[in-house]
Amino acid sequence: MKKIFLILRREYLVRVKKKSFIIMTFLTPLLFAGLMIGSAWLATSSGLKEDKVIRVLDKSDLFVDQLENSSNITYTYIEGTYQEAKKAFEKSDDFALLYIPDINAGDPSGIKLLGRKSISVDVQLTIEKKLKRRVEDIRLLEAGIDKEVLAETRVNVDIDTKVLGDETGEEKDSSSMAVYIIGFGAAFLIYMSVFIYGVQVMRGVIEEKTNRIVEVIISSVKPIELMLGKITGVALVGLTQFLLWIVLTLVLASAGGSLLGLERSAHQAPIGRMQNVNQIEREQAPMEVLATPKPAEENDQSNKIAKVFNAFSTLNYPLIVGAFLFYFVFGYLLYSAMFAAVGSAGDSETDAQQFTFPVSIPLILSFVMAQFVINEPDGVVAFWGSMIPFTSPIIMMLRIPYGVPAWQLALSMASLVLGFVLMAWLASRIYRVGILMYGKKITYKELGKWLFTKN
Amino acid sequence: MSDIILKIEQVSKRYAKHQALKEVSIEVPKGCIYGLLGPNGAGKTTLIRIINQIISRDSGNILFDGEPLAPIHIQQVGYLPEERGLYKKMKVAEQLMYLAQLKGLSAAESKKRIKYWFDKFEVASWWKKNIEDLSKGMQQKIQFIATVLHEPKFIILDEPFSGFDPVNANLIKDEILALRDQGATILFSTHRMESVEELCEYITLIHKSEKVLDGKARDIKQQFKQNIFEVEYEGSLDVLKDHLEIIDESIVEGSLKHAYLRPHSNLPPNELIATLLPHVQIRSFQEKIPSINDIFIQIVTQTHPQESIEALT
Repeated sequence: MKKIFLILRREYLVRVKKKSFIIMTFLTPLLFAGLMIGSAWLATSSGLKEDKVIRVLDKSDLFVDQLENSSNITYTYIEGTYQEAKKAFEKSDDFALLYIPDINAGDPSGIKLLGRKSISVDVQLTIEKKLKRRVEDIRLLEAGIDKEVLAETRVNVDIDTKVLGDETGEEKDSSSMAVYIIGFGAAFLIYMSVFIYGVQVMRGVIEEKTNRIVEVIISSVKPIELMLGKITGVALVGLTQFLLWIVLTLVLASAGGSLLGLERSAHQAPIGRMQNVNQIEREQAPMEVLATPKPAEENDQSNKIAKVFNAFSTLNYPLIVGAFLFYFVFGYLLYSAMFAAVGSAGDSETDAQQFTFPVSIPLILSFVMAQFVINEPDGVVAFWGSMIPFTSPIIMMLRIPYGVPAWQLALSMASLVLGFVLMAWLASRIYRVGILMYGKKITYKELGKWLFTKN
Repeated sequence: MSDIILKIEQVSKRYAKHQALKEVSIEVPKGCIYGLLGPNGAGKTTLIRIINQIISRDSGNILFDGEPLAPIHIQQVGYLPEERGLYKKMKVAEQLMYLAQLKGLSAAESKKRIKYWFDKFEVASWWKKNIEDLSKGMQQKIQFIATVLHEPKFIILDEPFSGFDPVNANLIKDEILALRDQGATILFSTHRMESVEELCEYITLIHKSEKVLDGKARDIKQQFKQNIFEVEYEGSLDVLKDHLEIIDESIVEGSLKHAYLRPHSNLPPNELIATLLPHVQIRSFQEKIPSINDIFIQIVTQTHPQESIEALT
């Protein structure tokens, strides 16, 4: 046991002291934090968007004073002919000229948007939407529909997905978006890290074999001790890296966030209350709906975001984080045992390659099945996928945010631990023969034989 | 406590299609240098790995210092494998500490001993170097230190001189002798017969998975001598042709000749000289003792001429 610890410590320290580890560990959070801060900045401030002035020449008189200014677009109404307006526009610094010929609501054609530079789709869509809504309103009014009736028709349908709490019968907020993100993110992280660290184990085994140091070491320790020490050492490297990433990202993000100032927090604060506010607004809406159609829409958007946020906050984080660590560690252990066996079988990485793919098939397969499982988190495929040790680290992580019965979770964990123990034993049988075998082309048949040969 | 540190009795090992060792028995006395000889593929490495408990035997017994061989004995064995290497990207001292600790030494103790050996080999400046920055010969020195750092009672050296220049080979040879004088027993596996001649008190020859010869090197040589004498003389021996065979007669210088003589009857040296004296002027006379190399080749080629000679080259 003491020797396993010595091996573990070496494997850990050698990797943690590597330049590439240090660079990766510190650079990745910088990137993450940069992304988080960057996107927050883009979302909260008008940032890169410049204010645009659009001149409106309305010959039909249908739209005058009806186009609402938005955050960065201001409409100014002008008079005169198209030619005059065009000339005046060319001399001005304004962004675009919107020309509406003398049309009626029955046939709104011939509208032109003239820009100095090409006009972005975003701007075009915004203007089209405003014009369209105005024309629709006019047509409905012409058809004799009352303004108030009109206002009432403008209702947003928004489904609140709720989950019935297990014991309390209480309704909890759930957003399929939130569980999707959490489940998928966790599964993806496990998938990536099992590969990254599994391959590190394989490389380590090959290094020892090609350096010929392995014979000296196994004259001091048992091959299985060397294998387990190496696997657990690399596992700790992985955990260290995750932990540092999380801490550093949070520190950097919060530091960066406070640098950006209060704007963001001021903007964010209402989100928590948004749901209620929105409800009140909806009740009041009929009276003022035509005057303020836009804010209602905006609120709708924030409302959705708020719900996802709310749903995030209702997830059972201790369970998810605990399960993530468990499935990461044991999923990694299971696969790295196989990678160790694979590494021992060849003389070089190219030799090992022929076996790495078959070994990783279940892992890849379970990730491919992810979409299917998420669509039906309680289906047959999901159930069995989360029970079989080779696929359970990923499939179970996808299911957990949706809620999994305790007995299933326990069964899945037990079967994964058992699967690892069995696999470690099998792998060590191949490993102990493989590390001493040089200059031989290894076939599956050969590997099979090694399982049963006496040492 | 016995005088035999390692007693191997009837040890056999079989791989799938290949009998690697067949009922090999060896006794290694304490405090000697014991040569384990044999052509490639004879089973030397298999035997060494069994002693090191890297692989298990199919049958037979092994006693280490009178006790059945068990994992606890690993700490008392130092092993320098033929194919050797170290972690390339690890500092020299760290690496030695690691290997010594795996053999059961404490961190402080291993540090102390590394310092001792570094001073001895005058390599103190390598302490913090990466292994990959050292030359091949330097790496071999480090590997040798790693083998003996935990002061094993029993040291197994597989081709210890390969990769050393003559100066460093001598340095290692002196260390091996010093270790023996301090009471360690050394099992020495090699093809290089001149070093066997120089160092080994006992030898065992393994050929085709079986032990074909063992004993004290001196006794074996006596046993294999062919009653041949080497003389330098002036005059002619032709008149004695009825009594002895003259082999490879040649002229050294002027009238001085050199030849090997094999008497037809088993004459003791003094009587042979007496027979020669009336006929020639003797400049030198010596009984020809076969070298270990001669014996090795003789035995190996007897059993399987062609293949074994290839193995030797």
